[in-house]
Amino acid sequence: MRIDCKHVWQYISAYIDGEVETELRADIDRHLDTCEICSAVLDSTRNVVVLVADDRVFELPAGFSQRLHERLDRELELAGP
Amino acid sequence: MEELRGHRAEKSTAQGSGPEAEIIRRILAGEPRLFHDLIRPCERSIYLLLFSILKNEAEAEDVAQETAIKAYVNLRNFRGDSQFRTWVLTIARNEGLGRLRKLGSRREDSLDAETDQQTGDYTPAILTSWREVPAEALERQELGAILRRAIEGLPEIYRNVVLLRDIEEMDGRETAAALGISEGAVKVRLHRARALLQRALAPQLGAFAPKRKSWFGGRA
Repeated sequence: MRIDCKHVWQYISAYIDGEVETELRADIDRHLDTCEICSAVLDSTRNVVVLVADDRVFELPAGFSQRLHERLDRELELAGP
Repeated sequence: MEELRGHRAEKSTAQGSGPEAEIIRRILAGEPRLFHDLIRPCERSIYLLLFSILKNEAEAEDVAQETAIKAYVNLRNFRGDSQFRTWVLTIARNEGLGRLRKLGSRREDSLDAETDQQTGDYTPAILTSWREVPAEALERQELGAILRRAIEGLPEIYRNVVLLRDIEEMDGRETAAALGISEGAVKVRLHRARALLQRALAPQLGAFAPKRKSWFGGRA
């Protein structure tokens, strides 16, 4: 089946996660073979997903873990589960 | 893409139920200090979810500590039908929303007002080519700041999903359970969030892609 760009955009996220059914995936792949715009949209979206997943983007405040465990230690002394 | 999925699967099984269940059993049997080991892999997810809800570092840290204590005190109530991280994130979300109410924030109202039925423009940024930005580019603090601003600028219901699915790499089922929504809603929100991020970021990220070599051996 021939599908248009807007149809492809609806499935970009599911396509990246490998959650598109085989037949639709093949239709999208055929579209991507000839559509520079959708290929760039897919590549850029995938690139964004990879970059935001990097641990360097969001870092915990300095000393966060130490303060958390110190407070837990105080709590563990006070109460049992 | 397969690589992406594989990475996610690896992270989510890192806290498998076997060893986790054993640690919980030992804590409840009288080894409370093991709770440190149980909560440690969840710290980052707890903090980031709370920062997403509260948008304030000090409040997020304080509520993260309250969450950990509450999880410890209520550990007997954990039934083991989800990962411990999912359960503790449910506590974090409730504690975070409770803190918002205490702070008298109106943000929760705006959160409730946003539903998946709302219509929005989820058209991506239209490009004719894309040069990949490698992860090494994150050595430049400017790039991290641009990514953080884009994520923090998402509507909260989308930000929470992106945070758990793409940043903390939880699967759809666990994300749905932690946020108290359906798996279908997770997929819809993730799709919209990624489209909004692509639209916000694609025009800016080109500057961080490696330069192409020109025909004359220099840099284009």
